[in-house]
Amino acid sequence: MDLTTTYMGLNLKHPVVASASPLSGTLEGMKRLEDGGVAAIVMFSLFEEQIRHDNEAFSHLMESGTQSFAESLSYFPQTDAYDVGPDSYLELVRRAAEDLGIPVIASLNCVTSEGWVQYARQLQEAGAAGLELNIYGVHADLELSGEQVEQGYIDILKTVKSNVAIPVALKLSAFFTAMGHFAKRLDAAGADALVLFNRFFQPDIDINELEVQPTLPLSSAGEIRAPLLWIALLHGHLKASLGATRGVEDSDEVIKYLLAGADVVMTTSALLRNGPDYATRMVEGLRQWMEGRGFESVGQMRGAMSHRNVANPRAFERANYLRVLESFKSQYR
Amino acid sequence: MQSSVVTTLEGNEAVAYTAYRLNEVCAIYPITPSSTMAELADQWAAEGKPNIWGNIPLVVEMQSEGGAAGAAHGALQTGALTTTFTASQGLLLMIPNMYKIAGELTPAVFHVAARSLAAQGLSIFGDHSDVAAVRNTGFAQLASSTVQEAHDMALLAQATSLEARVPFVHFFDGFRTSHEVNKLTLIADEHMRAMIDPALVRQHRARGLNPDNPFIRGTAQNPDVYFQARETVNPFYAQLPAILQERMDAFAALTGRSYHLFDYYGAADAERVVVIMGSAAQTCRETVAYLQRQGEKCGVVNVRLCLPFSAEHFLAALPASVKAIAVLDRTKLPGSTGEPLYTDVVTVIAEAQANGSLPGGSMPRVTGGRYGLSSKEFTPAMARAVFDELRAAAPKNHFTVGINDDVSHTSLDYDPAFDIEPDDVMRSLFIGLGADGTVGANKNSIKIIGESTPLHAQGYFVYDSKKSGSQTVSHMRFGPNPINSPYLIRSAGFIGCHQFNFIEKMDVLESARQGAILLLNSPYGADEVWDHLPRSAQQQIIDKQIQLYVIDASSVARETGMGGRTNTIMQTCFFAISGVLAREEAISKIKESIRKTYGKKGDEVVQKNFAAVDQTLANLHRVEIPRQADSSIEIPPVVSHEAPEFVQRVTAAMMAGKGDQLPVSALPIDGTYPSGTTRWEKRNIAAFVPVWEPDICIQCGNCSFVCPHSVIRGKFYPEALLASAPEGFQSAAINGRGFPDTRYTLQVYVEDCTGCGLCVEVCPAKSLQQSGVKAINMKPKEAILAPGRQSVGFFEQIPVNDRSQVDFSSVRGTQFLEPLFEFSGACAGCGETPYVRLLSQLFGDRAVIANATGCSSIYGGNLPSTPWTSNGEGRGPAWSNSLFEDNAEFGLGFRLSADQHLEMARQLAQELKGQLEPALVDEILDAPQIAESEIRAQRLRVAQLKAALMKLDSEKARDLLSVVDHLVRRSVWIVGGDGWAYDIGSSGLDHVLASGRNINVLVLDTEVYSNTGGQMSKATPLGAVAKFAAAGKPVAKKDLGLQVISYGNVYVARVAMGANPQQTLLALREAEAYPGPSLVLAYSHCIAHGINMQHGLRQQDLAVASGHWPLIRYNPALRQADKNPFVLDSPRPTVKLKDYALNELRYKMLSRTHPAESEHLMGLAQQVVDQKWDIYEEMASRSGSHFHPDAAVKL
Repeated sequence: MDLTTTYMGLNLKHPVVASASPLSGTLEGMKRLEDGGVAAIVMFSLFEEQIRHDNEAFSHLMESGTQSFAESLSYFPQTDAYDVGPDSYLELVRRAAEDLGIPVIASLNCVTSEGWVQYARQLQEAGAAGLELNIYGVHADLELSGEQVEQGYIDILKTVKSNVAIPVALKLSAFFTAMGHFAKRLDAAGADALVLFNRFFQPDIDINELEVQPTLPLSSAGEIRAPLLWIALLHGHLKASLGATRGVEDSDEVIKYLLAGADVVMTTSALLRNGPDYATRMVEGLRQWMEGRGFESVGQMRGAMSHRNVANPRAFERANYLRVLESFKSQYR
Repeated sequence: MQSSVVTTLEGNEAVAYTAYRLNEVCAIYPITPSSTMAELADQWAAEGKPNIWGNIPLVVEMQSEGGAAGAAHGALQTGALTTTFTASQGLLLMIPNMYKIAGELTPAVFHVAARSLAAQGLSIFGDHSDVAAVRNTGFAQLASSTVQEAHDMALLAQATSLEARVPFVHFFDGFRTSHEVNKLTLIADEHMRAMIDPALVRQHRARGLNPDNPFIRGTAQNPDVYFQARETVNPFYAQLPAILQERMDAFAALTGRSYHLFDYYGAADAERVVVIMGSAAQTCRETVAYLQRQGEKCGVVNVRLCLPFSAEHFLAALPASVKAIAVLDRTKLPGSTGEPLYTDVVTVIAEAQANGSLPGGSMPRVTGGRYGLSSKEFTPAMARAVFDELRAAAPKNHFTVGINDDVSHTSLDYDPAFDIEPDDVMRSLFIGLGADGTVGANKNSIKIIGESTPLHAQGYFVYDSKKSGSQTVSHMRFGPNPINSPYLIRSAGFIGCHQFNFIEKMDVLESARQGAILLLNSPYGADEVWDHLPRSAQQQIIDKQIQLYVIDASSVARETGMGGRTNTIMQTCFFAISGVLAREEAISKIKESIRKTYGKKGDEVVQKNFAAVDQTLANLHRVEIPRQADSSIEIPPVVSHEAPEFVQRVTAAMMAGKGDQLPVSALPIDGTYPSGTTRWEKRNIAAFVPVWEPDICIQCGNCSFVCPHSVIRGKFYPEALLASAPEGFQSAAINGRGFPDTRYTLQVYVEDCTGCGLCVEVCPAKSLQQSGVKAINMKPKEAILAPGRQSVGFFEQIPVNDRSQVDFSSVRGTQFLEPLFEFSGACAGCGETPYVRLLSQLFGDRAVIANATGCSSIYGGNLPSTPWTSNGEGRGPAWSNSLFEDNAEFGLGFRLSADQHLEMARQLAQELKGQLEPALVDEILDAPQIAESEIRAQRLRVAQLKAALMKLDSEKARDLLSVVDHLVRRSVWIVGGDGWAYDIGSSGLDHVLASGRNINVLVLDTEVYSNTGGQMSKATPLGAVAKFAAAGKPVAKKDLGLQVISYGNVYVARVAMGANPQQTLLALREAEAYPGPSLVLAYSHCIAHGINMQHGLRQQDLAVASGHWPLIRYNPALRQADKNPFVLDSPRPTVKLKDYALNELRYKMLSRTHPAESEHLMGLAQQVVDQKWDIYEEMASRSGSHFHPDAAVKL
């Protein structure tokens, strides 16, 4: 049986990929993921803002309280020989690229155009097989239009693409008015893959403490719906590969995403809950399902249930909504 | 390395640069002002920098200077080239080994940043008292008078020592030279190699102990040979001066820098000559040059080799024409015939006269004087006064200069206005805050000018006596010729006032010369600033025709993301206005330097600084000066008119920076100062202060409990008192049953607050409706200052709550106990002082405290003001600091006195019982004194006894009166930091704890030497970075608690106020009540941890939650009741060690410098935590019989 797939130009032994998580925070963790059977690893995101913040904090704390009192003019050894910025991340990429037999895709989140360019180049030099741009932000500026937001993504993509030769994926939020049109624009701008969808930052409110709670629980299987819909709709319309993420609990979700048209299926929560070895079980589940259905390759099953190929394409469109309403009515008649 | 590299360095670095290259082993220990040398040596070793032979020296921190000298002795005896760096008390601790090292004719150089010795008070500043105290050891002594010389002499001492086989103390003036930044030419490595004969190095090695060539050294000698053996060394001392001069000549040939054992400057036919050593020789040299231009026949001998003192070389240096000599010593030998240099010169002259070898033939008059103790200024005016005095027919002998001695009348008068500084030197003063980065920027300016232009540069920095809100004054000189003026600037052409409030409260323009520039960081623009200046400042600006420039640097800093650091902005202004460099050139060099300084810290830091530079010029404006001073603003008095007379006359002068002008008669004769003077200081250093919300407050007392500066206090009182309360005085109904018509007030002392915010962090009460609002919140001070001051005034009139009515056992109760430690100079958010304050609240009125040198002795006893205070009855902690190393023993001495005098009092009371009320005496002698109510009752009884004794006219009655206070149980506390308890005072502490005596030890454990700037101690945790552990500490922290528990009869507690304040309170009370020795280890977060101090308590909590700092109590009293004495007060660890540790720069730094090692050490540290926890848990689950009983303490 042929489980291989191609994602953003990378040939993978099967379609189950580890998405960004604490597991990819160390070389040891990444080796465990590889041993656990994933076909590729998307590393945890390198956040420019975090680096900037850390550098400023580092600099501030180094100077805090210094040059004030004659006996203690400083509090730490004065050395210039320390890592700043992405050094440790780059080192991790470098070691992972050397030590691992599977592709390692670096993930990047920046806040300045210099950051995107500088870090993307450095990640390429460090040996990343590909880059995932984790463009992410709550557009709290009420003057910003949807068109401007989309253009921002296009600009970042073009900037990065013009500076690196390795494939570049975009991880997207589900909250675009015209997702299909936007996906086509990104495709035209050179995206090598689109990853649907990242998890939108939605804080909670603690009613006892009157505080905003920035918690992000692990995803659950119910979250598969939005990515599933858009992968099904986009399959066959783009040059870019499609990566599916969110809500992958088991091989069932892997199968669903592949049927909808995904080239790879990414998971964090299942591996965090069940351990890295769970990847092998998911792949095994996929194989058994394929065998049971007589599929010989992933390529064969990919997109079998996409908007283009499904028996009733309208089920992915408004009819989907109508049917929900109908069932709602019937329940209480 | 290339030849002739010109750079700018601080004296300490200049010396360390040489010493590090010439040695194989450095045995070190931190002590101000020498610490930097040791720190650099350690850092260079960690960075793998080699010495001139290509080896990386081994740098080892010891537990004390005594230990460093011992290790140095051992390394020298086994053939390694070895050095150490020290000062002051540290050098004294080395004395025993110094005798050995010299007696064994061992080549070595100890580099000393010469400093005062603790006598009537400690001083960290410079003089020659320490080197004078080691004159008998057999070490040669070589003095340097400039940064360049100190760099060079370090080599000359080493080269000579190897050949002469006599060890050297190489010294230079602490702070004045050790901390001065100056331009110098580095000695090239090839020149160092040329100066050190490798054969001599090999001979030194060959003399080392070696089992392949065995011998013994270090015998015990008897009356038959000791004396003769002691005399064997004479030829070595005799030939040393010639060897040194030969090395100096060789050095001159290599480098062009020529030195002599005695360098004479001045007229060839001089009649008046000053003999002096150290930096002041430069002052004399400048003065001599000036006086010569005035036609005066004078000169100065700069003594370099002061021991052995070469009569031959000295006499050769002295002009034959000399008629009068003044010898100036920077030390004092009370009761002597004169200070050491003076007596040496007198001896040499007298002997030469006697044997006819005196040049010129006639005996000059020789006088001796003292100057410059504890970095007291020695200016050309003072030097001139000395030369002038030598004209007198009978010049004053044994004089002092630089002070007004109105007691013994030793001092010479001088004209403070005498100014000889050349016009081609640009002199600038910058007055800033420690926190605004002024000093750093100025050091940077020196680098810019000194290293990238032909100009010479000198910088010297004067710091505050406080650790929070401290003021700094930078004295900077720039000029075309080498600058060696080792005194402060008195007449400045440029004054930068980096905080506007300085000009509101002090005379910033005192040192401004005619036509000077004043650069003012002002929130007011060029059009309005004039109206906000005090009248005296306006008048000086007009009279001195000062050019005034303003910039709102604080706004520019805020807008460009620089926060409170205005340094780059003010630096840019200086370059833009002063003209020291062309403006464009200066700006490009500033940016270049920013890139160099901050490049490694990330581009964003660089860009922010660039933005600040770019924004500066647009915001810099010159102010049109009106013709008349019209301000109604006056500089306020330093202290209130209500302050005690001593505070107004003496303390206030020190606070105002006028302490130099106090005469000898103004000062206490024996170092005794009044308590409680910080209350008069009103430093007003916080921009934001806590504001109380009575309606939200639950009156828990947490805020008051954690306040490091005792500025949050609670009182409850009858409601009727509010009738006279000022408007805005806040109160709430007391939150508790049984107190009708009683109000509660939580008062914030706004003028004394440092704005740390710990109170807000710890406040558990939140508004039910408004997010982010607590019962106490930080708000800008300006708007609430005036009403706040009034409220404090009223609050102080409300009676302090009766101690016998306060619940001592709850955190809530303690807020009603008057703090007897207040408004100290500790860092904002200090983690130590809340424990100290709590101690003062609980036991202060009967406590006597021995305090080890360190942070707590500095914020506790650094003049001008004193935070230890007394209550309304006039009782309060009696506090003293002896030394760093002896604190436990010092405190035990307090106990011994108390025990002895208590016994005496009991005996006398028994003997006098018949003449007194017998029942009262019996009650006094049998009274329990554990609970506060019992102590209050005893106080009343003792008062009655005193009254009765006053009526008796007998020796015994008078004797009993002299010790009667001891009948109230005295609380003896021994307080210090981990540097003392774990390292230098460790053996003393161990011994005192083993004494069984009723002493209480409070260790304020910051896990690092905080006061001297963050060096590793044995309390430093595994994996943390500290100075001397730049690559992370590879050894786990010593578990002092477990060690002491092994005695069985010592009460031991480990506490962390931020994790469990109730346990802290309980432990302190149990420790004090336990009638044997007690040890309380208190986790003290610290600025040296590299944390936002506002989150200090959160880190304490995490330290406990991670298992790094388990809370324990070991109470031998429980063992005596057959219970398990070991109680584990904290729950099992709930977070990983790294989740606590990596919030702190001390751990995080290693993850950036050595990521793999950081991960490795953090893993080991986690294992240590896990294993330790298992041990504690097992101990906590034992039965009492598994701990050994003891007979030492009877309960």
